[in-house]
Amino acid sequence: MNSSLGVVIVASAVAYGTPLLFAALGELLAERSGVLNLGVEGMMLVGAVMGFLCVQHVGGNQAISLVTAVLVAMAAGAASAAILAFLVITLRANQIVTGLALTIFAGAAGLSSYIGNDFSLPDDPARFSFGPANLFGLEDLPVVGPIVFGQNVLVYLSWLCVIAVGLYLSRTRPGLEVRAVGESPSTADAMGISVTRYRYVHTLAGGAFAGLGGACFSLALTPQWVDGLTAGAGWIAIALVIFAFWRADLCLVGAYVFGGLSALPLTLQARGVTIAPQVFQALPYVMTIVVLVLVSTAGAKRRLGAPASLGEPYVREER
Amino acid sequence: MTIRIEKRLAERRSLLVIVPLVSLVVAHLAIAILLVATGHAPVTTFRKLFDAAYFADGALTTTLVSATPLAFTGLAAAVAFRMRLFNIGGEGQLYFGAIGSAGVAIALGGQSTVVVIAAMIAAGAALGAAWGAIPGLLRAFLHTNEIITSLMLNYVAALVINYLIFDSQSYWRDDSATGQLFPQGKPLPESATWPTLGLGPIDVPFGFVVALVVAVVAWLLYSRTRFGFEAQVIGDSPRAARYAGMRTRRKILAIMCLSGAIAGIGGASQNGDFRHVLDPRGLQQAGYGYAGIVVAALARYNPFAVVLVAFLLGGLQNAGYALQGADFPSGLVGVMQGLVLFAMLGGELLVRYRIRFSRPGQGTKVAQA
Repeated sequence: MNSSLGVVIVASAVAYGTPLLFAALGELLAERSGVLNLGVEGMMLVGAVMGFLCVQHVGGNQAISLVTAVLVAMAAGAASAAILAFLVITLRANQIVTGLALTIFAGAAGLSSYIGNDFSLPDDPARFSFGPANLFGLEDLPVVGPIVFGQNVLVYLSWLCVIAVGLYLSRTRPGLEVRAVGESPSTADAMGISVTRYRYVHTLAGGAFAGLGGACFSLALTPQWVDGLTAGAGWIAIALVIFAFWRADLCLVGAYVFGGLSALPLTLQARGVTIAPQVFQALPYVMTIVVLVLVSTAGAKRRLGAPASLGEPYVREER
Repeated sequence: MTIRIEKRLAERRSLLVIVPLVSLVVAHLAIAILLVATGHAPVTTFRKLFDAAYFADGALTTTLVSATPLAFTGLAAAVAFRMRLFNIGGEGQLYFGAIGSAGVAIALGGQSTVVVIAAMIAAGAALGAAWGAIPGLLRAFLHTNEIITSLMLNYVAALVINYLIFDSQSYWRDDSATGQLFPQGKPLPESATWPTLGLGPIDVPFGFVVALVVAVVAWLLYSRTRFGFEAQVIGDSPRAARYAGMRTRRKILAIMCLSGAIAGIGGASQNGDFRHVLDPRGLQQAGYGYAGIVVAALARYNPFAVVLVAFLLGGLQNAGYALQGADFPSGLVGVMQGLVLFAMLGGELLVRYRIRFSRPGQGTKVAQA
């Protein structure tokens, strides 16, 4: 029963959705503060390679090694985001161009590949990786066992993060203030909120989440390193934030839908069903476009739309 | 001490040259630090890189081949960004241009080269424009942000081109015995090979010449026509344009189509100048569309500067291919391109603003005096 097609698909949707979820939560925080970071793919790759580097070289026992790897991946993601933050917040560079530049700098033919090859990571099998946690020993329960209790620790961490980010943005003072910064930086500035500081903090936090998302690949899903390991997950994460109307809880739903769609062709192929995989792979992008069209009608824009100042630098004297 | 950033009231033209040059130097210093930190000799590595890019025998010829697609996607981005239409979809529009041009090349195989090349350019431009029209229509009529839609369509286009070659028995797929075993595109006929123009020791690919023509047209469009002027006004101040009675929607759609068409011709030139087959993997690995946006930004959306920047970055990319493997750190070219971009983007601030250092209290003294 636990290996029935439906269960396998849902379980792998959760597993493949998790890196998307982390990255989307990070992008959500950055976008809520008004910074559109198109460098997610690059930040994920740097996180993935640094995490894998750590697992291979740091710490003798599994727990220490993996925890360090996760922390280093987050730090690496945040450090990459810091470049973008400095350029777009302090130096007021164009966010779109800078984000693309970050992906070129860090991405599949850039820094992540440089680090991976310099430490000859592609040849090594992983020393440790996150396996199924078997939470409360309930993995063997029918249906819910493999889906809810048989995931790796990062999946459970992502659930905590969704709750934390959701509550932060809707129930805490700094969360409300960052939304003010994203909607109307001049108003926020007049209230005495430091636009610059909020944007820096949330862009860096976004980078840390993206790094963690990348680490999901190199430490759990495909515990190894190859150039371009994340295979476009960063771009799907950017789509996901829109798909989720800039809300943390909907990011979770969207991540599993998109994760399921990217895992589905593999699962079906293993069962001998042949449908062109591109059909499923294209759905996340097409669905995002449809959602974007729907939210751009005037009425919906007011209730669900993007932070109003998204993509625009804030210069106090140019209000 | 406090640091203040103030807007320059008058643009200093000399800065337009000095800032990019200083940015280049800063970027190279940063790369040298990275090389030293990871145990590579910076001077030797740089020498290898520049030799392979510009100085070795035949380097300029291959550099021009690498520069051609960047010039097209750079022009595509520049034309749209000039109007503040952020068309990130050059990548997908280039794929569609490649699909269209490969299709007509296969169909017209027996015709003369002139006919086939003209048809390839026309078909590439048409399909590129069609793919660019989707985000254009959504933006013009439904106010949907073109950044994300054009970005998403890149991935859809990549899946379409993969489907045509790897997962279907399409018209583009090689139907010979090897093609069935190892999916690949149908080889294009002889007549679809674009000529090169001998210029001393350098062979200039025909596509590069076309890119130059496109650059002239783009420059004329924005500096000498009413259409281009109105497009700029719409970009800079949509309200002013509306009060002046300019047709905003049409112009948005037209510019998106034009931008897509230019990227599409880039796809045609990839088939004609370089690949001679519809090659999904090669096109996707190259990522010309994204690099083109960066080229356009570095060139400050000036069409002629786009061609020049494309040439410089094309050189780096070419060196990256040439030096792959043999004791040359992989990924260095991407790192280098990224750092050059960061330095230039940061330096842009100095063109538009000036930075003043002052001790606290000084400002008030001046005010009292």
